[in-house]
Amino acid sequence: MTTTAPGTGRSPTRERPAGRARRRPLTLRRRESRAGLALVAPTLLVVVAVIGIPIVWTVVLAFQRVRLATLRRTGLFGEFTLDNIDRVLHTPGFADTLVTTLIYSVGSTAGSIALGLVAALVVRRPFRGRTLVRASMLLPYVAPVVAMTFVWQVMLDPQLGVVNHWGQRLLGWDAPVPFLSQQSTALATVIAFETWRYFPFAFLFLLARLQAVPGELEEAARVDGATPTQRFRHILLPQLMPVIALLGVLRFIMTFNKFDDVYLLTGGAAGTEVVSVRVYEFLTARTDIGAAAAQAVVLAVVLVVFVLIYLRFFGRRVE
Amino acid sequence: MDRDRVETVGLRWLRRLVIAGFLLVTAFPFYYMLVLSVRPIERLLLDPGALVVGLGELTVSTYAEVLKATEDGGQGFLAFIGNSGLVAVAATVLTLIVAIPGAYAVSRLRFFGRRQVDFLFLAVYLFPSIVIAIPLFVVFTRAGLRGSLFGLVLVYISQTLPVSVYMLKNYFETIPVSLEESAAIDGAGRIGIIRRVSLPLAAPSIMAVALYDFMIAWNEFLFALLFLVDKPHRWTVSLGLAQLADGVEVPKTVLMAGSVVLTLPIVLLFFASERLLTEGLTAGAEKG
Repeated sequence: MTTTAPGTGRSPTRERPAGRARRRPLTLRRRESRAGLALVAPTLLVVVAVIGIPIVWTVVLAFQRVRLATLRRTGLFGEFTLDNIDRVLHTPGFADTLVTTLIYSVGSTAGSIALGLVAALVVRRPFRGRTLVRASMLLPYVAPVVAMTFVWQVMLDPQLGVVNHWGQRLLGWDAPVPFLSQQSTALATVIAFETWRYFPFAFLFLLARLQAVPGELEEAARVDGATPTQRFRHILLPQLMPVIALLGVLRFIMTFNKFDDVYLLTGGAAGTEVVSVRVYEFLTARTDIGAAAAQAVVLAVVLVVFVLIYLRFFGRRVE
Repeated sequence: MDRDRVETVGLRWLRRLVIAGFLLVTAFPFYYMLVLSVRPIERLLLDPGALVVGLGELTVSTYAEVLKATEDGGQGFLAFIGNSGLVAVAATVLTLIVAIPGAYAVSRLRFFGRRQVDFLFLAVYLFPSIVIAIPLFVVFTRAGLRGSLFGLVLVYISQTLPVSVYMLKNYFETIPVSLEESAAIDGAGRIGIIRRVSLPLAAPSIMAVALYDFMIAWNEFLFALLFLVDKPHRWTVSLGLAQLADGVEVPKTVLMAGSVVLTLPIVLLFFASERLLTEGLTAGAEKG
């Protein structure tokens, strides 16, 4: 079947003299297809070369005995071994790291979505200075993570931090609280930081969805005597649920993989070691590339499993 | 008073309170950073709770220390700014060169595998960068690219590409096809159409994508740490600041000055672009 783009009127391959078949002009549709592939090729090339191949390679490395020192001698397809996986699963602290990562991801995801929802609800209607408030709410998200972690470190510092100073002065704390270095508060503090830094992400999505809710819906409910909280519970929340479910997946995945924030805030100390920080430790401090790769593969597998479970429960909403 | 009235009035006040709370929580760390960066460390140790700087104690010596070259006893941040700027601009320009044709193709042209491209990008976007980091660390070590800014630029392109293509694609889809068709009837080829019709119309969105790419590249930390840590003269601002904090005792005020240096360009860009974006996006395309 000759496919011609609609509207061309006649087929360009009207007559084809025998023997010159190879030079017949391409149909518009085929030209379009070629142009499309040509234009998208550079993008695909970069993605495959810098992301696709490395992912496959990580899996290969995970089953090889590779250290930084022996790197030059190891071929791409050296001997394969299950040692790395075995070592990763049996090194002390692995299960703890996984649990920490999970608490950290779930806590930060829930926190940032809840805070983002409140933020979206309060700036929904126009008021004076709204643009400024909205811009300021996006600041934690756009600012560089290194600077933000350091400001938090200084603010929470037991000696010269402003939080401990006013906490002792106004809230009657007996002693300065070393938020980031004691076991009982470190993980919660890191989660608070993540919540603070990423609520703007949820805020943006939720605000956009809120503004798309037709005004008549709420108006009708108001006429029927629904109070503001009832309108939120029965009109707005159901409209927002699909976005909240989607944000849940996105934020969970991103937080689960997060490295910078924890590494910079605590370095993984005081019970805050998450999997990605551990991968980094194996890669640089122990220069054990095989073990690092195995760890990363375990991270990816666990992540995929969680996402599948999530989609199984919320799949229809995410659609 | 009925419940509706109570709730309406109560929520109105609660809303104001919450907005004030958000402003405080989001803006305070930035303010605190700025205040600390201009106070002498001795004053900070004496009175850690002070939130305003007296004119008498105002100092810029912290900035001088951060910015001065290492040979002059400073921390060499001027050079880091140069590195960060170079890397971020190069990554932004190259990403756009690759992403614009790609996004155009995905939004306009029917080709084999077009529908799979979307999925591929989402998967790439969500994939852990630490997983990608390991083989890149290996390859770059072997190819001698570890410690070069070019390697870093390459990684940043791949990191920003999926979102860039996605945002541009969405914008191209809003441009009416009829505009391109009339250009085609006037005899313009595919490249001519993209250059003369689609690109000018998409200018605001291209600007937005460029800003996004620049911010990602400027803020990035993990790959800079992995690739450049042995080469102090190639450090980016993010990496330089992190190393500064790890190093020998550096006063917190100097650390905060470095943070301001790192944050300021991004915050300025962000506030400048907010307006540009809203204006650009409301401009009409097809008339008559």
